[in-house]
Amino acid sequence: MNENYFALFGLDPAFNIDLTTLEDRFRKIQSESHPDRFVSGTNAEKLQSMQTATTANEAYATLKNPAQRAAYLLGLQGINALAETNTTMPASFLMQQMEWREALEDAKHARNTDMLEKLLIEMRLETKSLQSDLAHLFDKKKDLATASEATRKLIFIDKVITDINKAIEILET
Amino acid sequence: MALLQISEPGQSAAPHQHRLAVGIDLGTTNSLVATVRSGVSSVLLDAHGHALLPSVVRYLPNGNIDVGYDAQSAQSIDPQNTIVSVKRFMGRGLKDIEVSNQPYHFAERADQTQANMLQIETRAGIKSPVEISAEILKTLKIRAENTLGGELVGAVITVPAYFDEAQRQATKDAARIAGINVLRLLNEPTAAAVAYGLDNASEGIYVIYDLGGGTFDVSILKLSKGVFEVLATNGDSALGGDDFDRRIFCWVLEQCKCKPVNAQDTRTLLTKAREAKEWLTDHANAQITSILSTDEVVNLSLSTQQFNELTQNLVAKTLIPIKKALRDAQLCIDDINGVVMVGGATRMPQIRLAVTDFFKQAPLTNLDPDKVVALGAAIQANTLAGNKSDKDLLLLDVIPLSLGLETMGGLVEKIIPRNSTLPIARAQEFTTFKDGQTAMSIHVLQGERELVTDCRSLAQFELRGIPPMVAGAARIRVTFTVDADGLLSVSARETTSNIETNIVVKPSYGLSEEEILDMLKNSFNAAETDKKARALAEAKLEAQSLLLAIDAALGKDSNLLNQKEMQTIAAQMNALRSLLDKDSEAAVEVIHSATEQLNIATESFAAKRMDASVSHALAGKNIDAVNL
Repeated sequence: MNENYFALFGLDPAFNIDLTTLEDRFRKIQSESHPDRFVSGTNAEKLQSMQTATTANEAYATLKNPAQRAAYLLGLQGINALAETNTTMPASFLMQQMEWREALEDAKHARNTDMLEKLLIEMRLETKSLQSDLAHLFDKKKDLATASEATRKLIFIDKVITDINKAIEILET
Repeated sequence: MALLQISEPGQSAAPHQHRLAVGIDLGTTNSLVATVRSGVSSVLLDAHGHALLPSVVRYLPNGNIDVGYDAQSAQSIDPQNTIVSVKRFMGRGLKDIEVSNQPYHFAERADQTQANMLQIETRAGIKSPVEISAEILKTLKIRAENTLGGELVGAVITVPAYFDEAQRQATKDAARIAGINVLRLLNEPTAAAVAYGLDNASEGIYVIYDLGGGTFDVSILKLSKGVFEVLATNGDSALGGDDFDRRIFCWVLEQCKCKPVNAQDTRTLLTKAREAKEWLTDHANAQITSILSTDEVVNLSLSTQQFNELTQNLVAKTLIPIKKALRDAQLCIDDINGVVMVGGATRMPQIRLAVTDFFKQAPLTNLDPDKVVALGAAIQANTLAGNKSDKDLLLLDVIPLSLGLETMGGLVEKIIPRNSTLPIARAQEFTTFKDGQTAMSIHVLQGERELVTDCRSLAQFELRGIPPMVAGAARIRVTFTVDADGLLSVSARETTSNIETNIVVKPSYGLSEEEILDMLKNSFNAAETDKKARALAEAKLEAQSLLLAIDAALGKDSNLLNQKEMQTIAAQMNALRSLLDKDSEAAVEVIHSATEQLNIATESFAAKRMDASVSHALAGKNIDAVNL
């Protein structure tokens, strides 16, 4: 299956996509190709089903997640947002990164779940604003260089969110 | 075959043969088997009308094996040879369990190079948890075949969602030893969601709270138009109703200041504890009385309030996985449309209260929490066996724990994150670090922690046959695939030379292929001859019905064929007929292939008949009457 993930779901490649359509088409593909449909099929059918279902899962997970969707869009244009040559970030963002990381460490040491929850909300707001930037950069301005930078920011923030969740998990246990 | 059985419009062909398939809930405390008959899922009863089969196996002095109630009633008098809650040992090593709490004699494996699943010494010899579980499965299989009057096509067997790879593999191995064709391993909460969702035509986001005898699972599912999509799952594979019994047991020992008790008294007091727990579900006080083998007398009264205090941290422990699952699914409590209670342990009032408090809504308890998993598994089994016309039912499940690889410094690098939808495949590239290196060792782990020592070792792979090159030049692409059963397989390829490398798998827990084959041989030596005879009879039956169908078709529509086509078909039919009086072992294969040949030879005839029957049906009707 060499189709790109957007084409697989009958969508135009864009940052802003209709998530309901994505979900419906994903379910349609799985309804037809899931291994459960071929339990008594031939080995060739089973293999084919496994491949189609696996690709559909991977494609769906990629397009559902805004940061991964952005990185995938860049990939289609031959840009690797995470390549080592591509890691320049504006100084202001680097400063902000450090502040978030420090806030996370402080909250961890203080074993303060409320502080972590607050930080989480702040990060989510940040994510929202980056996503609307990305929609504009990809779909309207077609400014891939700036989009690439915003994508890296979004991926970074996702990592911080994961770390905050992990910290909350540890405090709860 | 199917194509040849065209019937006249309006006259249906003989009903499609119903394929016997069952759902099995292989529980810690009790096991059940269910099936779908006439569109309704129901639990199958034993000869005495019991739905539940206690998951207890006893090896008797006369060499017989008891499974179920008889074994359960002997557990206090013969604790070493009566295995209860064997599910807790599936895919586990000695270091995973508290050996001192168990009445059994555990056996060290003599051969340390073999996988290290624990084993139990019984009077019938050393038994692995897989073999013991197989006894339970065999009993259920016999129950199903006797009730349904035929051989099973296969079964869906449920496992806790939070079971890891080793535990799943052990379950599948047990089914194999019991002679059951596993259609699918299905997660228990997902099975419950199917039974509940279809029963109530529910749509939306549902939480399944499944507290069984020995495991706790929580799954969050999105139900929509027959699709059951698991958004996140979490749990504790060593937390269940048994632990509540144990709290009471410890409290009893504390209260009566007993000396450490022997295996027999442990079993007696644990049974008393379980009875007290069940009594407290709708009574304010439970009386615990027993005379121990030391003549000490236990006579205690336990109130609901005391019981709640004893177990409040167990109850609280179930809320932690719920919070994790909600976070993974990026949902909050307000998003939840309903909470379904599954597992006998959810009858405890303190559990229901805690769930109500947490979700700010009363849980749904209108299905029997003991049966709902088996009922759901039966529905899935029926669909997988191809019986159901309702093709809309689709289950999308996830992997409960992340899969990773050992990297430098004893760290784990995640390859497949938890809660990824199955099936999934991920590839990782490796290279050599020495000139001329031809082999490489890869360590696969499962778990969320960062250190190798904190995760569960699944397997060590050795990649051999890498073409010798300078260090760093070889590119070995290792692909990890997790199938719809949640089971992992690994393949590797050297990409610069395109050489498929050799993989030697050493599962860290579980049985080797030879061990399974040995067990299979032992349990099936006798059944083997019957099986061959049956296969031959079935092959002949299939051939005969094909011949009959073609005869009938030729009788009606031979005008659709030219002379040469007629001759070919006639020759093939004669060839097949001549095979029908053969009785040798090899005959099965020969008959199968001749049947297949005839099927192929008549394909175009079948297609022509189909065309003819469609145009025949259309002719003589005006276009308005034909709704396509």
